[in-house]
Amino acid sequence: MADLHTVNKSPFEKNSLEAAIKFSLAGSSILLIEDGVYGAMKGTVAEDMVKGALGDRKVYALKSDVMARAIKADRIIDGIELVDYTGFVDLVEANDKVQAWL
Amino acid sequence: MPIEVNGKTFETDEEGYLANINEWEPGVAEVMAKEDELDLTDEHWDIINFLREYYEEYQIAPAVRVLTKAVGKKMGKDKGNSKYLYGLFPYGPGKQACRYAGLPKPTGCV
Amino acid sequence: MSDIKKFMYLNRRAPYGTIYAWESLEVVLIGAAFDQEVSLIFMDDGVFQLVKGSDTSQSDMKNFMPTYRTLGDYGVRHLYVDKASLEARGLTQEDLIEVAWEDFETEEEVDNIVEPVDADQVAQLMAESEVVFSF
Repeated sequence: MADLHTVNKSPFEKNSLEAAIKFSLAGSSILLIEDGVYGAMKGTVAEDMVKGALGDRKVYALKSDVMARAIKADRIIDGIELVDYTGFVDLVEANDKVQAWL
Repeated sequence: MPIEVNGKTFETDEEGYLANINEWEPGVAEVMAKEDELDLTDEHWDIINFLREYYEEYQIAPAVRVLTKAVGKKMGKDKGNSKYLYGLFPYGPGKQACRYAGLPKPTGCV
Repeated sequence: MSDIKKFMYLNRRAPYGTIYAWESLEVVLIGAAFDQEVSLIFMDDGVFQLVKGSDTSQSDMKNFMPTYRTLGDYGVRHLYVDKASLEARGLTQEDLIEVAWEDFETEEEVDNIVEPVDADQVAQLMAESEVVFSF
């Protein structure tokens, strides 16, 4: 039993990422999309929170949204995996359901 | 209304601007100019090419005021003035030259 | 001249997730036709609007980041960036685009009008403006 949690809001503007981390079980996956990908950046006030989740959850970020927002690969928190649209679909298939944090 | 260039059809918006900037080829400018009964000279092409480079770099069709300044900077003050540019493009260097260059209507042009 | 007003555009949203950033940019470009003293402030997620290196080749979105670099040509005098907002996002001025400004009559030139400012300066700048547009 594992779910995919998607987050599409900036962690600096809304608490969607915080909520997704708080209310997701160990073993689940968190996928950052749209403005949610800002949560994947190193050196921000949200970094510790995201690193905390990486202990027992997988965190992904959608590559096309990362690129559009000018976040370079070396600025992504270690342990976060970048996925393309195919990877997104694979994650949906691999999990029981998708829960969106808007 | 779509325009025909060398047997190819190009979609335009209701004001005659090319729907897809990436489809542009020099023949588009030729056909548009012919409809306006204008013969394109090297001086016209300088401005059309300048606009395409400007769009490539800044992703925007410059307002006529900005175009005038930018042309002056690149090609000299004798070309960077409205008299010269309106002489080439009587319908307005912003609107007319941008249309020939396949660019959208300049932001700020009404 | 007394009819020149100080306009301030306040940008607080990230560039692509919502339409605010693009709308603000369009209004600035259109408004440039009127001779006013125009400045922009970027704070909160608005600072992301100026981060260089955007690549939308794998997205369906138009990359309007390059357009910010033409703002100097449109008569914008200052792009202020809230320092605290940069720091909270792990960013420095090195990460931001540069925007040049030049007065074609006097040939006065400024290489980069992007300027990080602290909160007190932001407050002061907004207070000094006659009109503030929020995005």
